[in-house]
Amino acid sequence: MTVHNLYIFDRNGSCLFYNEWNRKKQAGISKEEEFKLMYGMLFSIRSFVSKMSPLDMKDGFLSFQTSKYRLHYYETPSGLRFVMNTDLSVPNGRDTLQSIYSNLYVEYIVKNPVCVLGHSLDSELFSSRLDSFIRGLPFYSPRAA
Amino acid sequence: MVIFSVYVVNKAGGLIYQYDNYVPRAEAEKTFSYPLDFVLKHHDEKVVVSFGQRDGIRVGHAVLSINGEDVLGKNTADGKDTLEYLKDPANYPVSIRFGRARLSSNEKLMLASMFHSLFAIGSQLSPDVGSSGIEMLETDVFKLHCFQTLTGIKFIVLADPRQSGIDALLRKIYEIYSDFALKNPFYSLEMPIRCELFDQNLKGALEIAEKAGNFGAGS
Repeated sequence: MTVHNLYIFDRNGSCLFYNEWNRKKQAGISKEEEFKLMYGMLFSIRSFVSKMSPLDMKDGFLSFQTSKYRLHYYETPSGLRFVMNTDLSVPNGRDTLQSIYSNLYVEYIVKNPVCVLGHSLDSELFSSRLDSFIRGLPFYSPRAA
Repeated sequence: MVIFSVYVVNKAGGLIYQYDNYVPRAEAEKTFSYPLDFVLKHHDEKVVVSFGQRDGIRVGHAVLSINGEDVLGKNTADGKDTLEYLKDPANYPVSIRFGRARLSSNEKLMLASMFHSLFAIGSQLSPDVGSSGIEMLETDVFKLHCFQTLTGIKFIVLADPRQSGIDALLRKIYEIYSDFALKNPFYSLEMPIRCELFDQNLKGALEIAEKAGNFGAGS
């Protein structure tokens, strides 16, 4: 039961924040390229899902899973995208991402007059609160599952 | 609890089989007077609502017919441009049917190839070793399940999120594929599947899966 990593993208595709807790395999490309690939993949998945969907969707793409990990996705109405990779035992990370947005991002970044929205988040308080939040999650364990 | 459709993609990413089991057509036909309170625009050879929502008509819905006559792409049945027709107050009141546009075969081909690439990227971006590609993709309206065989063929099923037993169904479809497509001497590998017995058995398997909710082994 573990969280592998977390990305936060803004509406233009730039990665505002990335942190990893339990990542066993790197992507084999530089971090910048990985962020672009991740954003591009999510953009394509959203477009794919909106065309494929047999009915009108409300929330859209929620998550996907492979044989080893599950990717959870949450997008705010302002275009901010939260992406979390966990292992397969976590069924619904959407609420977690939503609370990261409302309790951490809004509190420590939006309400911070020094933080410029749209630039990468370099608030130490945000990083440390996020870290302790993730470590405090019921489905997080420091040992790899 | 429904299964919406089945796609089979070959190892190059090309769509070789597609079957729509259940296509819910959410359409709304209404009579409008000038001026129209939707903003319409051209999109992909269709006229689509870009802004405005009312009575079951949403953003993204396409104009399907005007005054009972189906539109042909961007033009009305008479050949006039739909947007021009709807800008002219003399044509009102007009009865327009809106709805989700059906996917054309070209679009299905493109979407299948798109998924083929997304499947591979899902495996590349994995934070854990030895991950497969995307096996299940979830939205609030449907769940997409994908099974990739050792030879690189992907069986993709779109179903209701609550439908269970799809993993067994995917393996059953693989079995049907090997029995009625691969063993068919007139079928060439990686080519579109045009085998009647494959269609029949696939439909049968989908019916059983929908009824049971859980596909039993051995049939």
